[in-house]
Amino acid sequence: MSNKRIIPEMWFVVGGLVLFIVLYVLNQNLNRYLIHIVILMGIYSIATVSLNLTNGYTGLFSLGHAAFMAIGAYTSTLLTFPLALRESYELPLLPAIFGGPERVWPFLPALISGGILAAVAALIIGAPVLRLRGHYLSVASLGFMVIVTTFAKTLRDLTRGSMGINAIPLYTNIYWTYLWLFITVYVVWRIVHSRFGRAMMAIRDDETAAQVLGVYPMKYKLMSFVIGAFFAGVAGGLYAHFTKAIRPYEFSFVLTFQIVVMLVVGGVGTMSGPIVGAFSLLMLRYALKPLEEHLKLYGFIELVYAALLIIIMLWKPEGIMGKRQLKR
Amino acid sequence: MFSTGYFLQQTLNGVILGCIYALLALGMTVVYGILRLINFAHGALITLGAFFVYFISFRLGVPLIGSIFLVLGFGALMGLVLDVVAYRKLRGGPEVALLITSLGFYIFIENFMKMIVSPQPYAFKTPTYLNALFRTQFITYRTIDIFIIISSIIIMFAFHLFVKRSKIGIAMRATAENLEVANMMGIEINKVITVAFILGSAIAAFTGFLWGAKYGQISYDMGFLTGVKAFVAVVVGGVGSIPGAMLGGFLLGLAEILPLALLPTSFAEYRDGIVFAILIFILIIRPSGIMGVKEEVRV
Repeated sequence: MSNKRIIPEMWFVVGGLVLFIVLYVLNQNLNRYLIHIVILMGIYSIATVSLNLTNGYTGLFSLGHAAFMAIGAYTSTLLTFPLALRESYELPLLPAIFGGPERVWPFLPALISGGILAAVAALIIGAPVLRLRGHYLSVASLGFMVIVTTFAKTLRDLTRGSMGINAIPLYTNIYWTYLWLFITVYVVWRIVHSRFGRAMMAIRDDETAAQVLGVYPMKYKLMSFVIGAFFAGVAGGLYAHFTKAIRPYEFSFVLTFQIVVMLVVGGVGTMSGPIVGAFSLLMLRYALKPLEEHLKLYGFIELVYAALLIIIMLWKPEGIMGKRQLKR
Repeated sequence: MFSTGYFLQQTLNGVILGCIYALLALGMTVVYGILRLINFAHGALITLGAFFVYFISFRLGVPLIGSIFLVLGFGALMGLVLDVVAYRKLRGGPEVALLITSLGFYIFIENFMKMIVSPQPYAFKTPTYLNALFRTQFITYRTIDIFIIISSIIIMFAFHLFVKRSKIGIAMRATAENLEVANMMGIEINKVITVAFILGSAIAAFTGFLWGAKYGQISYDMGFLTGVKAFVAVVVGGVGSIPGAMLGGFLLGLAEILPLALLPTSFAEYRDGIVFAILIFILIIRPSGIMGVKEEVRV
């Protein structure tokens, strides 16, 4: 028994080491544009893997992931924004409980705080909304996203409104991103292969049957929602410190849709699917980008994404990495 | 603080927006009642309808009356295509597959429009007889306002009669009640669903024209929030109930306009936030909506 327990963990250690050697080699050899793409792939993978926890394993089709990314991005930005620039950007200094006005936070605690705040938001919004059946949840979470975007536009003292915040310090690099991706995958993997994960999948497959067997759905739904939101918040923080500028409309429906497409194309409810989806769709995006700009057909990439989504849903609904399940 | 005239004027604005939501909600609630599908692509039909009228009426010079009938036909055709190409294949599968596909179709149509008409909004110029201004002691209105209200009432009434009285309308209600039993009773489910899509889409495309004529501006992304808000109207009124969808539409239109009009202008940016806050509030206190029947979970 103890043997079985250790072996997968060993694979994670070995895989992690290999990953970081590969990253080191990539970091030394690739040009900055390619590294930029590799980092974006990592950030999107974190968002997609965390979305998979709710949408894939628990069967709650949430469309509000961008809202949690926005919360994480704005929180970590406000905590780390350099003191010297705060006055000219009209951003407030930190209050005393966060370390007082003459300090800013280092990157890692700020990132984690962003994740925690996103998780708290998920807890508050999830408690009422998760009682609803699947498709109501989709619209309610979409509504939550609109509400968050509205606040990002209107709370000008904190977010500078539609202008957005720029000159955010560049902290995110390839190692931070993939360290967090590694942590996300490990946590999701551990959850899925535990009692919690089995309960979540039981709820997905048949909520009433799961209830009959003594699973209290609300607890597991809320847990998967909150953990997914935490990692989405972290992904948002990484994104903010990578692009160095955030504006409210970046975290709108377009972002959610991209993540959903990555998940569905890769394979809902699989371990490797979200990562495969995020990597392949971003590769596709950067392969099509010159074409779109050359032909001046703006919207072409999104069109291809939507077409891919429809094609996958009609002919291979389990995604690239999914296994076909028997029809019930 | 506010004069009666101002209040009445804003109520009129709310009612007109409510008419638009109610018309969209009609199509959505019928489809949702049968298939449990939140049809995001319904919103895209508004965009398509508005641009269809724009191009054939203002560019090709078809008279407006003719283009109104053409847009109804065009919407019906789009509904038929969407149903036959996509949704029919997915029936019987997981409900969420339909939702994802309709989302895909929405984004597809939106970006298709973005590519062919450019991301800039277009000015939607209606003929002068629709823009004639009338002033009374309290309120000012245009012909288009009257046109929207009257045509909405006619459509809602006709739709209501159709669903209550006609044979296929009765079949539609039976299918919404229980799809399998209706099938066993010899109702052609596919035909019923196709009719529901065709009617809903035709009304949605027509609503696109109303939107353009009322607000004077159309753009490739006008359908998304409007479509989602129409679903909010469906939920507020009670899912699957046609009078509920109308009531929900009017309530939502008023709830969107009146806070905007009565609160200080700094709250104007919260407009969309207010609508979705209402949605979440309704979902918490009464998930079955105002006129809906509580859904029972069958094992």
